[in-house]
Amino acid sequence: MAANSNRRRWAIVAVALLVGAFAWLLYGGLDKNIVFFLTPNELLTKGAAGYDVPVRLGGQVKPGSVKWDEKSLDLRFAVTDTGGAGEVAVRSTGSPPQMFRDGMGVVVEGRYGRDRVFNATNLIVKHSNEYRAPKAGERPQEMYKTLIKGTGS
Amino acid sequence: MTRLLAHDALLVSLAVIVFGALVAPVAIRRGRRDWLPLAFAAVYTNFVLVTVAAIAMVVALVRHDFSVSYVAQVGSLATPLFYTMISLWGALEGSILFWAWVLALYGALVVWINRRRPGNLVPYAATALLGVSFFFAILLVGPADPFLEVSPVPSDGPGPNPLLQNHVLMAVHPPLLYLGYVGMSVPFAFAVGAMLSGEVESDDWIRLTRRWTLAAWGFLSAAIIAGMWWSYEVLGWGGYWAWDPVENASFIPWLTATAFLHSAMVQERRAMLRLWNLNLVVGTFVLTILGTFLTRSGIISSVHAFTTGTIGYFFLAFIALVLLATLAMIAGNSERLRTTGRLDSAASRETVFLLNNLFLTAFMFTVLVGTLFPLVAEAVRGVKVSVGEPFFNRMSLPLVVTLLLLMGVGPALPWKSATREELREKLLPPVAGAAVLTVLALLVGVRSAYGILAFAFVGYAVTANLREYWIGMSARHTAHGEGWGTALVRLVGGNRRRYGGYVAHLGVCLVALGVAASSSLRSEREATLKPGETLSVAGRTVRLKDVWGREEPQRSVVGATLEIIEAGQVRGTIEPRMNFYPGQQQPVPTPDVRSTPLGDLYANLQAFRPDGSNATVKLIHEPLVPWIWLGGLVVVFGALIGIAPSRRGREAVAEDAVTLGGTVPGAVPGTVPGAVPGAVPGAVPGAGAGVAAPALPRVREEPA
Repeated sequence: MAANSNRRRWAIVAVALLVGAFAWLLYGGLDKNIVFFLTPNELLTKGAAGYDVPVRLGGQVKPGSVKWDEKSLDLRFAVTDTGGAGEVAVRSTGSPPQMFRDGMGVVVEGRYGRDRVFNATNLIVKHSNEYRAPKAGERPQEMYKTLIKGTGS
Repeated sequence: MTRLLAHDALLVSLAVIVFGALVAPVAIRRGRRDWLPLAFAAVYTNFVLVTVAAIAMVVALVRHDFSVSYVAQVGSLATPLFYTMISLWGALEGSILFWAWVLALYGALVVWINRRRPGNLVPYAATALLGVSFFFAILLVGPADPFLEVSPVPSDGPGPNPLLQNHVLMAVHPPLLYLGYVGMSVPFAFAVGAMLSGEVESDDWIRLTRRWTLAAWGFLSAAIIAGMWWSYEVLGWGGYWAWDPVENASFIPWLTATAFLHSAMVQERRAMLRLWNLNLVVGTFVLTILGTFLTRSGIISSVHAFTTGTIGYFFLAFIALVLLATLAMIAGNSERLRTTGRLDSAASRETVFLLNNLFLTAFMFTVLVGTLFPLVAEAVRGVKVSVGEPFFNRMSLPLVVTLLLLMGVGPALPWKSATREELREKLLPPVAGAAVLTVLALLVGVRSAYGILAFAFVGYAVTANLREYWIGMSARHTAHGEGWGTALVRLVGGNRRRYGGYVAHLGVCLVALGVAASSSLRSEREATLKPGETLSVAGRTVRLKDVWGREEPQRSVVGATLEIIEAGQVRGTIEPRMNFYPGQQQPVPTPDVRSTPLGDLYANLQAFRPDGSNATVKLIHEPLVPWIWLGGLVVVFGALIGIAPSRRGREAVAEDAVTLGGTVPGAVPGTVPGAVPGAVPGAVPGAGAGVAAPALPRVREEPA
């Protein structure tokens, strides 16, 4: 009986230790891998603390700032807060999403470098699942109607 | 008309559910067992009523009856019939309706099959199932009512979410997921039934739900793989898993269900882990509801999270209620939940099962914490954060490789306790398999430590599991002179769960190999090509032929035709496309994949000039990806073997009898006592008892 309760005590201690160690590992893992979601303004106010940490930067593509080189696939644009405050230059390699346009909502994942350029590793265009009628100039057909043979309209 | 009929059916079903859920406990309390058929009838009636509502919805969808709110939301005249029908689960309300239907179906089947069983377990289980149905019925007449009236009636609708009508897998993945998710309500209901009836002492509920759990697990496994496949074929980034909250939501209950499949065996064989198993079953069920909450409440934005209003609160309330009720039941049964068995030796199969449970649970917590952390951080500290992929990968890789190793060790060990010789005889030979795959991994260029470990342990586990088949078959072959085919069929038939489990292990190994290879050996290139220009990745070359456009009834398509060039010859084409749906600003990428047994060539159209003068293409070479899909099939096949009815119909009894066979004393490892046919003690036909020797698994006798 005594041996039994002793054994039980050890088992409880062992389980507590295991759970503790695991919780500590989880905590450490989370601490190092949290990615903050910031607007350009919030990123800029962080100052030096904002350099070289993984960030999701969310905002608007500044009209007129998009430059894409088809050959080198070098994409540059600026992201601003909605309303225009704060501005962060973004560099990304790879092609932009097809409907990437001035003024649209965008989330870029990456790190803000000391050279004051945000190096994006991933680019997500915000879009909603809700239906809304396309505005003039937004009709996708207009983008490539030259490709469709035999449709005159 | 259909709308009102369906609406009434759902209202009546709500009343029927309440009646049935009340009548069973009252009948038991009052000792009026003659009332119980009423409760069972309520379960069947609920199924009929929800079926009427579901069919009414499909009819409304097909007839484009835009006066029904759900049809107005997801229907459109241009959508092809096939996608119109499957948009039953294309948005929130329809998916809740479909969920309720699957649940009603499970309930009716469970009750029908077990209706003659004496005792209070089944009536209470029926009550629990009706309780869950009640929750979904409330959703269907309240916040997720799909049959609201739309007035004035629109002439057309927007059609389903383009991502969901872009691939046939959308007809496969959601139903499988629901069958898996909802199937976990069955073991939960039986656990509740066992606790309410006091039958929790007999472990019978575990046996009664064995096939149901296995079936639900098989569906869930298939659903996860199908979801990965869909993501690979539709999203265009060339991956299949991103630790997206929605993927995690399907994976988290899978982990606890997998743990339960293993620990249930420990309870059946060794009368241990009673309380633990109850927790796993309840936990799995709650995690499926939590997963639905995460994906359906709009709390996390993703493809699956349909926007909604208050439905999230209903889910949270339901989860809290389930947790409180089951805690109270567990507390009320604490005396009966005492474990009677104990661990005899560290070198035993049950030890490996305990470790397996420990690691699977740790894995579950890791994914759960990573998934919920952003919600908690936002609620508590008001900051928006996300938990990056590195967290999941770093935390889960050690757990995954350990589980792969355990998958090889577990099957090799006997129950209770293994001798030193047994350990050497069983655990050493698979090392050869590990060595072969390690060398292979190094040769093909795997350099990460976890990648190499994954290859090595997969080699170990595959050898160990195949060896169990080999040992069993050769024992039958020598003992009874059975042909190899017969030996295989009888071996599996004698213990379907065990040998089906080994097949599932092989499937998991294939998946692991596919994941390890494709994640560590992937190479990709991206370039803007003019017609005639080429792009190469990992020794495979494509040449842009042209960029074209095409109108289809429900969408417009832009594609690039790329010729695959081998040794200067055109060996087929690959055509990544972009689909433009009306009313959607963004096109839906439609990558194209050319599979070979050793890997995929994956092409995605990234951008194009409207005049067709160039196209930007991403080309990815991903080794062994098809093995993941194949592995999924093998896992499902393993589950099917485990579910198939045993030829003798008394599997559990036979299994226990066989365990008692024990080891033949004094047998030298390596020498097979049964080398002379008939010389094995107990091999006399009809003796019934199994024979086991250190180098042999139990040989099961078939009735003469």
